[in-house]
Amino acid sequence: MRQSLLALLAKEPAHGYELKQALETIFGGAYPSPNIGQIYVTLGRLEKDGYVRSVDVEQANRPNKKVYYITATGREALETWVEEPTEGPRVRDEFFMKLVLAPMTGLSDRMALVNRQRRHYLSLMRDLRELAERTDPANRVALLLIEGAMLHLQADLDWLERCQEDLP
Amino acid sequence: MSSEAPVVRAVNLVKIYQTGGLPVPAVRGVDLTVEAGEFVAIMGPSGSGKSTLVHMLGGLDTRTSGEIWLDGRRADTLSESGWAVLRREKIGFVFQFFNLVANMTVADNVELPALLGGVSPRQARERREYLLGELGLADRAGASPAQLSGGEQQRVALARALANQPRLLLADEPTGNLDSRNTRDVLRLLGQVHGQGQTIVLVTHDARVASMADRVVSLLDGQIVDDGAIPKSRRRPLGAAGDVVELRS
Repeated sequence: MRQSLLALLAKEPAHGYELKQALETIFGGAYPSPNIGQIYVTLGRLEKDGYVRSVDVEQANRPNKKVYYITATGREALETWVEEPTEGPRVRDEFFMKLVLAPMTGLSDRMALVNRQRRHYLSLMRDLRELAERTDPANRVALLLIEGAMLHLQADLDWLERCQEDLP
Repeated sequence: MSSEAPVVRAVNLVKIYQTGGLPVPAVRGVDLTVEAGEFVAIMGPSGSGKSTLVHMLGGLDTRTSGEIWLDGRRADTLSESGWAVLRREKIGFVFQFFNLVANMTVADNVELPALLGGVSPRQARERREYLLGELGLADRAGASPAQLSGGEQQRVALARALANQPRLLLADEPTGNLDSRNTRDVLRLLGQVHGQGQTIVLVTHDARVASMADRVVSLLDGQIVDDGAIPKSRRRPLGAAGDVVELRS
């Protein structure tokens, strides 16, 4: 969240609610709608670290709003973030833990676990497909994000198949 | 009476290949019933017997033992020509390798099954225009199969299989050669015809395709290890507050 807020502020100063709206508009329905409280907490931390500053802007008939802008330090931090390679995704290992450990305890057999998980993944895939159908075709960012989620889910399913083949 | 029968009923279906040395069991006692209007996805690792199973259901491969009933009629005992008639009347098949007629145009390839099925030339043309249009191939109608890419040929094969509005659509990896955008066209068409009551049994490893189905059947070593509905999602409806993607915490 820190870096995405910094990046948005590098474009133009904004207040917290505008940042929330910008994230939702850019990334669309697949992106977890950020909690406004979380945004203000993150902005507070960025301010404490000297990456952003804020000014109070008076509004007619309403409380002042705090507009945030990026500092030179913030811009440097953002540049470092953009330039460094990004970590690859981590393998989702909770199910794998279950798959390896649960049969040892006699709680479940692997076949049943794999079958249940496959149906669950397909149900998630259906959600993603329906979300893609509802997404504005002009929003390339949101659609690519959904496609990325689909490709990861496909890999999880392929892995599940390998587990079913190779684990006794 | 026959309209009440399941579209597909396989009973203890077995296929053993014997080419030279040891007999290799490919399908080992499969029981499968598909009701009219159902969409069933068959999944499983390569070598699990998926393709062999749908080939047997379409009469393209003979069974070693067991029974196949299609639309209430015993089919496994049919002769090759008996199967040919049954396929023409009731089954649309999309092969992994498209088997289009090389010296006919795309339009003629798609219209032929409908014409053989006895509909008027005008109806056959309208159906062809609808199917090719949905698959983004309207402007390829006059081309010959050799002029098409693999992905285009695969979509033409799907259009041909659906031309006759068959009682049963059988497909073996119908999106195997398609990129993302073309897969989306195929998914949309499958969704439409399924919505109109088309019964579909297809083999796929593509989760997007499988997620269209009402039911998923999983094969392992020639046997069904899972057969059931894809559950409704337990999460909140996506769109307003999705939680599928975590970009960075």
